[in-house]
Amino acid sequence: MTDHATPITPVIFEERADQIHVTGPATGAGETGAASAFDLACNRPSLAGAVSQRACTFCGSRVVLYPIADALHLVHGPIGCAAYTWDIRGAMSSGPELHRLSFSTDLQERDVIFGGETKLYKALVELIDRHQPKAAFVYSTCIVGIIGDDIQAVCKKVSEEKSLPVLPVQSEGFKGNKRAGYEAACKAMAQLAGTADVSDVSPLSINILGDFNLAGEIWVIRDYYERMGLQVVATITGDGRVDAIRRCHGAALNLVQCNGATQPFAKLMQEKYGQPYLRVSYFGIEDMAQALYDVAEFFKDKDPAIMDRARAIVAEEVGALLPKLREFRRDLEGKKAAIYVGGAFKAFSLIKAFRHLGMQVALVGSQTGTKEDYEELAAICDPGTIIVDDSNPLELSAFIKEKDVDIFVGGVKERPIAYKLGIGFCDHNHERKECLEGFVGMYNFALEVHRTVTSPVWRFMPRRAAKAAAIANCTEATI
Amino acid sequence: MSKLLRHTPVEITERQALSINPAKTCQPIGAMYASLGIHGCLPHSHGSQGCCAYHRSTLTRHYKEPISAGTSSFTEGSSVFGGQSNLLAAIQNMFTVYEPEVIAVHTTCLSETIGDDVPQIVDKADKEGKIPAGKHVISASTPSYVGSHVTGFANMVKGMIKGLAQPKTKPNGKVNILPGYVEPADMAEVKRLARMMGVKTICIPDTSGVTNGPLTGEFKMYPDGGVTVAELQDCSNSKGTIAMGFWASADGARYLDTEYKVPCSILELPIGLGCTDAYVDALRTIAGAAVPKEIEFERGQLVDMISDYHQYFYRKKVALVGDPDQLIALTDFLVSLDMLPIHIVTGTPAGKRFTSKIEEITRDIGYKVNVREAGDMFLFHQWIKQDTPDLIIGNTYAKYIARDEDIPLVRHGFPIVDRVGHQYFPTTGYRGGMRLIEKIVDALLSRKERDAPVETFELVF
Repeated sequence: MTDHATPITPVIFEERADQIHVTGPATGAGETGAASAFDLACNRPSLAGAVSQRACTFCGSRVVLYPIADALHLVHGPIGCAAYTWDIRGAMSSGPELHRLSFSTDLQERDVIFGGETKLYKALVELIDRHQPKAAFVYSTCIVGIIGDDIQAVCKKVSEEKSLPVLPVQSEGFKGNKRAGYEAACKAMAQLAGTADVSDVSPLSINILGDFNLAGEIWVIRDYYERMGLQVVATITGDGRVDAIRRCHGAALNLVQCNGATQPFAKLMQEKYGQPYLRVSYFGIEDMAQALYDVAEFFKDKDPAIMDRARAIVAEEVGALLPKLREFRRDLEGKKAAIYVGGAFKAFSLIKAFRHLGMQVALVGSQTGTKEDYEELAAICDPGTIIVDDSNPLELSAFIKEKDVDIFVGGVKERPIAYKLGIGFCDHNHERKECLEGFVGMYNFALEVHRTVTSPVWRFMPRRAAKAAAIANCTEATI
Repeated sequence: MSKLLRHTPVEITERQALSINPAKTCQPIGAMYASLGIHGCLPHSHGSQGCCAYHRSTLTRHYKEPISAGTSSFTEGSSVFGGQSNLLAAIQNMFTVYEPEVIAVHTTCLSETIGDDVPQIVDKADKEGKIPAGKHVISASTPSYVGSHVTGFANMVKGMIKGLAQPKTKPNGKVNILPGYVEPADMAEVKRLARMMGVKTICIPDTSGVTNGPLTGEFKMYPDGGVTVAELQDCSNSKGTIAMGFWASADGARYLDTEYKVPCSILELPIGLGCTDAYVDALRTIAGAAVPKEIEFERGQLVDMISDYHQYFYRKKVALVGDPDQLIALTDFLVSLDMLPIHIVTGTPAGKRFTSKIEEITRDIGYKVNVREAGDMFLFHQWIKQDTPDLIIGNTYAKYIARDEDIPLVRHGFPIVDRVGHQYFPTTGYRGGMRLIEKIVDALLSRKERDAPVETFELVF
């Protein structure tokens, strides 16, 4: 049987050596030629030919904007770009569902030769007439960038004719990775902000940025802040509405989660309106509590009682949560985890969350982390933890086996790899089916980890079955 | 219950500039899937890295298997100056690190439009010694603005034959089977039937064992299945080709015919009774042998199963959405069950050939049939609103319509991202027909029971 996964050294491109780091006194993987002094190279294009887990600019823009439920989202390009992003994320809406339809100009060979502007114009007019959206986003794709359609001009024309915002999103796929797409999305959204009346917005008000309402998560977070006495002006973009975004400049504070996706928007808002922002995470107990305390701290001069309300929420929620977590911890103590996620911010929270379950993180990596992210990661990880940027399946599986982990946390492409290796998996990405944010999210996360790590199915996996048999034989021999 | 697709009006207006809720996807993913059916093959997407990520994710969601593929990772620079240096670097990197037997390069809208000549770049890679001895690079042109995932599959099937078949030497006594864009379980089933007929085959491609492999505790980039390079090299020596599914297989079969004088018969996909009969008959002709008892037994079981439940099929209306090859065979099967396939939509631009064929099959059913090629699910939904069927057959995306209109759905086609089974159990062959009957009967009778008031709720059907 040929096994392409076992040897570790050959699975790493020499050029990638400085995208891998091992913390502290290195054990095992330290001899892989990995970056020894800490200076992880990141946010650079993937190597040609690497089986990278990364996506493109269009993908980044699409995931950020698509949860805006009463906007029209038209993909200007061949059918694939629209087909692969059709309702892909499970971003929930409490009202309109227009975002869950897939609209595409479905460019054909003829359009590539003669240009697709007329088609785009016709498509926009027809869709706006039929669906009466509050705004329209038009996504540019690779091909549109190459044939040179002037989507700005078409958007401007339709916007004037139909009297609604029609916003071009410059998300040509080849422009870079998802991060470039986040920026294009934020630029488009920034054109909406500041275009509606904010006279009735409370001085005690916030926008929630960087949450996409997967499994209803933004409803949980919104509820905490409302219980603290704050007005939530806009949720960006989970359960998003165009009119709310138009008013978002009126809020006193922006809360930014998932720094990659919406931080550019927060920065634009800060520059233009002097609107301050705070970086927060809603994953795990400490981060969630901190997210409430930081906001209370910000508003304490305007509302002296707000900190008490925040403390009361934390006390109530954590009081109910901790006994439940202890139950899970009994089974999970000492188990090992590997984390490979889109943005590094999520990794921080996950490391802390695993500690609550008595688990150790042996491998952590991301697709789009920055240098600062990785430095921060290295600081909080246990010695011997492997840190990787923009990894690939061979690398990941080799590290997972070397560290003998019990659970892998990743996205859609990593799930079957984990299962093939005979270990548990938790989707912390588009396909999460449970709310993982907030205090209730920590419970759900623990439940999900417990469900997969303790599943009896792994007993049937040959490696573990052989191990169990060996132990049984050994015991027999001793007797 | 609130409607998810509440934005779909009943009235139909002609659309030229717009596709809503597609019933197809783009060529490259079909090429990637076909490439996975070669043993030791690493598919490669010559374009932006998003294309590759999307195809891998979609195939992963459908098969619940790891899908590996490389990408040329185009940047703004390569889009201006051409992707040659990216592809050359990629070929070298992939052979060095991932050690595939074959790299199967497919193009994308981006690389096609900027004018990259992939065969020429592959030649250059070869001349520069970037392709190790005994290893291969094949390619197919699959711009996303032409055809659909089905034609992308067909192009790569032709590409693997063109790239690997060697000049005729001595007859190998085998038959080339081009199974079409079907599931790994279907490919295994057509091979099994051939084996039972005593026919030795080369299945091009063959994803069985690749995209439905076992859990072993190891991640294998190249699972055990797949048609081997040696078999592909030898396919010019076969005594004939049976190609199933015009849109997915005809090009490759015709190439073998014109280039290497391997005669081909192009059949429908062997889904359902009649189309499986045609496949078995083709095997019988080639093998020059009688159909063995075992196959007759399976056929008899399928007919038996239909007879047991024929009263529940009678004039039940069905709406189908999917790929042209599948739709033709399924429509034929439904008509033979006395059902009424009334709305039939494929997203693939399949032309008059498709619509005429459907019209021919449904000519005598005595009911108005709507058929559309290059259509979408929005139109499909509108037709369903105008004349409500008893059953929908389609991929996972059809579930929005099924929910809104409260119609049972049998999942068939690509992609299926919310149920299990399509990887492991065929719908081709007589046994596949039995599986379809099981699914259809289950869907229809479950619905009948759900809706039955206490007094007419029956125990026995």
